[in-house]
Formats: sequence, structure tokens, C-alpha cells
Amino acid sequence: MSFELETAPADAGTLRRVAIDPVSRVEGHGKVTILLDEHNKVHQVRLHIVEFRGFERFIQGRPYWEVPVMVQRLCGICPVSHHLAASKALDLIVGATRVTPTADKMRRLMHYGQILQSHALHFFHLSSPDLLFGFDSEVGRRNIVGVAEKYPEIAKKGILLRKYGQEVIRLTAGKRVHGTGAVPGGVNRSLSADERKDLLKDAYQMIAWSREAVHIIKELHQQNPALYDHFGSFRSNFMGMVAPDGSLDLYHGVLRAKDADGSILFDQVDYQTYDRLITEEVKPWSYMKFPYFTAMGPEHGWYKVGPLARVQNCDSIPTPFAEHERLEFVAYAGGKPLHATLAYHWARMVEMLFAAETIKELLQDDDLSGTELMTSGERRREGVGVIEAPRGTLFHHYQVGDDDLVTMANLIVSTTHNNQAMNTAVREVARQYLDGKEITEGLLNHIEVAIRAYDPCLSCATHALGKMPLEVTLVDAEGTELDRKYKA
Amino acid sequence: MTAPVLVFGWGNPSRGDDALGPLFVDAVEAMKLPGVECLTDFQLQVEHALDLKGRERVLFVDASADAAAPFTVERIEPARDASFTTHAVSPQAILQVFREVEAEPAPPCWLLAIRGEGWELGAPTSATARENLRAAIAWSRTWLAQG
Repeated sequence: MSFELETAPADAGTLRRVAIDPVSRVEGHGKVTILLDEHNKVHQVRLHIVEFRGFERFIQGRPYWEVPVMVQRLCGICPVSHHLAASKALDLIVGATRVTPTADKMRRLMHYGQILQSHALHFFHLSSPDLLFGFDSEVGRRNIVGVAEKYPEIAKKGILLRKYGQEVIRLTAGKRVHGTGAVPGGVNRSLSADERKDLLKDAYQMIAWSREAVHIIKELHQQNPALYDHFGSFRSNFMGMVAPDGSLDLYHGVLRAKDADGSILFDQVDYQTYDRLITEEVKPWSYMKFPYFTAMGPEHGWYKVGPLARVQNCDSIPTPFAEHERLEFVAYAGGKPLHATLAYHWARMVEMLFAAETIKELLQDDDLSGTELMTSGERRREGVGVIEAPRGTLFHHYQVGDDDLVTMANLIVSTTHNNQAMNTAVREVARQYLDGKEITEGLLNHIEVAIRAYDPCLSCATHALGKMPLEVTLVDAEGTELDRKYKA
Repeated sequence: MTAPVLVFGWGNPSRGDDALGPLFVDAVEAMKLPGVECLTDFQLQVEHALDLKGRERVLFVDASADAAAPFTVERIEPARDASFTTHAVSPQAILQVFREVEAEPAPPCWLLAIRGEGWELGAPTSATARENLRAAIAWSRTWLAQG
């Protein structure tokens, strides 16, 4: 592994710094700092993401039953993931070790609606402009508007896939935003027969469009393997949740990890014991922690999560079209794990197809219209809830006092799990495309393409107008600014 | 039937002055005006282009770190923008997406940017922002009354 680049000399006097820095964001921004040596070779890369301050403070001291609703405000992109992970953790506080079939399936439907809409947004809005036009194409065209102009049908399908996922969330969570569907111990609503019928009539179209999306990204890989297989590629461990039988399950299961060659590191681990498995390392230059498998240490124990990890971590996918696509993915990789950064997009679309098929199957299940919504049992003080959010594994861990107030909260979000992996991906890309003399638009975008593959969660910050531009600054070893570029 | 006027505000209610957009929408909704639909979300996203269909006028509302206090209003036109994240899209880009996807001109749209000052998680809206919000709501009565 390439851990040695994590530490620059304390005296970096001969290094030149290239900073890619958003302007004026209070928090929630990504900032890339590239340290070059005296020969203008990349020596070190640091990806700074600073949005995670204050999560625990925001939650501690609140009544536990408020938590599933309030944690949605941590993230504008994945509110449902936080809602469900918190609910799963707090199920244990109220003694609901197993929720009712109706509650389980309503939550699953909500979750797969979230996966569908988030993956559609990621692919069609964020990634497809790069992939369809090329990383070096005109920047003014390389966006969703450019896609809408040249490929209006693709753009419209992307928007309608996302809209459908949002509708699934609205009906299962009760509202379009700030839903309250899941509560500690179960859910507070089920679906009527008419609601299921309305959703079901469009589900087949969503499956068809998801299949088309997989084919788009698969063909791109096959047409240009030199780029897709090697851009930002690096070896690492994988971690994700699987069903007890080893199949892909994004809502509930056990933890499994594989090494870079695909050999099992651990399997069938109850996530209630995650703190014995994972250590979160603090580094002085970043607000975000760096988790690693404790048994392997920080140098060798870091890992990837998210679609690329999940699709290769599982033994099968329990829906037919997605399983067919998984097998093609595995065959393309040649029997060993695929570590290419751009393969995240392919895996993401396989998962979107899995979500669409799962939504269709769930909608045909009468348990969704059941009336047994809640269960409870012996009160406990502590609970851990884990879910596979769109970007990767999400941990919520709470302790609750006898007064029902949360005394401890620990969250590990997918962007944190992927922290070291993202740093490494950006470094690999910078090594390939940065010559240290000028910040070109192409250079900036290649780095951004690597970041986009992970789409680190920045939405925990604000989105006020004027708070999302990028600033690119080139500073020499003496601190003199050599070049600066803005991207608004 | 689609209401001819749409008021769409976005922001995170738990992020200090980022709540200005949703708070503005709450205030307009309380006016119970016929022909006016109010929508809100955490973020503006591409699918919101579909909410423009069939409208005669649209008012987008967001908090702004840069707008002159207490607020600014401008007529906006379709435009492209670029982002390195799924976490931001401009209202101008929403209009452009609408035009391309629906193959028709976007309805007349305005952007109301209410000046905010603080954005911390868990923080309330600032006193200054609340003053700015009151001024924006007062202004909106005239805009909403226009045919």
C-alpha cells in the first residue's frame, strides 16, 4: 500500500503546495492540497473535508424518540439513510430486537427508494457529463445541462428515476422531506393498496431505465479499458454489509471484509461489536477521522466502502437482472477485485438496478399494507444501527439514559470510511496528470473526477447561494501565490 | 390542477440562517393565497425542474451569504453551471434543464436571495436574518398580488 505518502516532512521547505479550495464556505467544503517536491513531482495529497463538526453535540441531550427525525438534517442528500440507521439503533433501546414484517418491509422500501434516487442523481447529474463527453471536453458543456442538450432522453430518464425514488420516500416516510415514517420500534404507517398500485405501475419502467443505465456505463468501460481500468486505481481492502447468506442486502445484515485480492478478512460479524473491529484515527490536519481495521493497524487496515466494495463483497444479488449484471462485472474484472476508481460508477448502476427490482418485489408484498406496525421489549441503554447508505456503510451508535435523553452518539458516515481511499485516489490521479507548473482546467477536472466517483458527503453543510464555488491556488515553497483559479 | 404561481424555497432548517428559504415558504403558505403553491426542500435538485411545468410565474427563495441586505430579487434566465458534487445546483441550471428536457421555454422565474450571516449546525436563525426575512415577506405581498 502507499501509506508512506501520508506523512510529509515537518519541514516541507522544498515542497510546492497546490491547493484546490472552495471560496468562503463556512464548512462542508472539500479542499485538496498537493505537496510537490523540488522536482515538481507529487509528494503528498491531502483531501480536507471539514463538515462533520458538531454531529454528536447536535444529538446529545435530545430525547431518543426525536433522533430519527432530527438526524435527517445532518444531510440533504441522504436524510433517509440517517433516519433509518438511527431508527435501527433505537429499536434496540426500546427492546425491539426484531420489528414486525410490515415495519421491516416499509423501511426496506423507503431505503431502496433512497438508493434509487441517490444513485440516479449521482450518475445522471454528476458523473454522466464527464463520462459521456470526456474529461477534457469543454467545461461549459460538461454538466447536466450539456447532457440534457445532447442526450435529452438520457437526462429525462435520470430525472424521472430520481423523481420516482422521491415518491417512494414520500409515501413510506409520510412527507417529501423531514419524513417521520420510521420510529424506534417500527413504523407509523403502512401503504394502502392504491398507493402500492400507483407505485407499481411505474416500477417496470424504472427497471428498464436502470438496465439501460448499466449498459451505458458498461459499454464505456469496454470501449476504453485503458482509461477506465487505470484512472485513479489503487489496491485496498473492502468492507460492507451482506445478508447472512452472503447475498447483497443494503438494509440489514452482517459485516464482511475482503482484502485487495478478494480473500475474506472477516465475515458474519454482528455490527453491534463494530467498536472492537474498527479504530478511528485522528490526524492533526483533518477534522475527519481515518478508520481502519484494528487488527491490521492504520497502515494496512484502511478500506473502501460503497458500491464498488459492496458489489464485490457479496456472493450474489437476489434480483435477476442485477445478478446478471454483477456476474458480468465480476467476469470483466477477471476473477480478482476491480480497484478502478471509475468502476464505482458501474457498480453504482448495478445497485440502482437492484434497488429498482427490489422496489417492484416489495410493492407486490401484502405485508406492506399490514396493520402491525410497532413492537417493543426490554428497555436497553445502548444500540448500534448500521445501514448501507448510497455512498457506503453508515454507523449510528447511541447510549440513552434512564431519563430517555441521549448521553452518547457516535456516527461513522461513509465518507469517513472512505477517507483514506479518497486521499489515495486523488493522489494517484495527481501523480498522473499534474506537472506542477500550471493549474489547468483539465488537471482540476481530473482530480474532481476522482472525487466525484466517491461523491463525498458535503451536504451536511449549508447550501446557501454563494457558498459552493471552488478556488484553485498554486503556491510555491515560499508561500508565494503562483496561480489561482475559480470554479463557480 | 397546477397552481399558476410556484414559490420554492430550500435550505436546512437546522443550519442557522440556511433556514431562511423554508421559513419564507412557511410564511407565504400561511397567507393561504389562491393559485399559489408552496414547495420546500433541503436542496435544489434537478428533479425540481419538473415542478416548473404549467406555471405562469415562479419565485425561487434561498439564503445567501453574498446578497446585499436585507435581500435581492432578480429575474433569472436559463444558464449552465458546473459542480464537483451532487450537493449544489443553481436555479438558473434548473431552468436550463427544464428547457432542454421539456422542449419548451421555462416560465418567468425570479430569485429572491435573503441575506444570512451564520450557518452552524444546531444554531437558530440570527436576529439580523430574521429582520431580513421580515423585509422579504413584506416585499413578497406585492409580487404575489401581481397577475
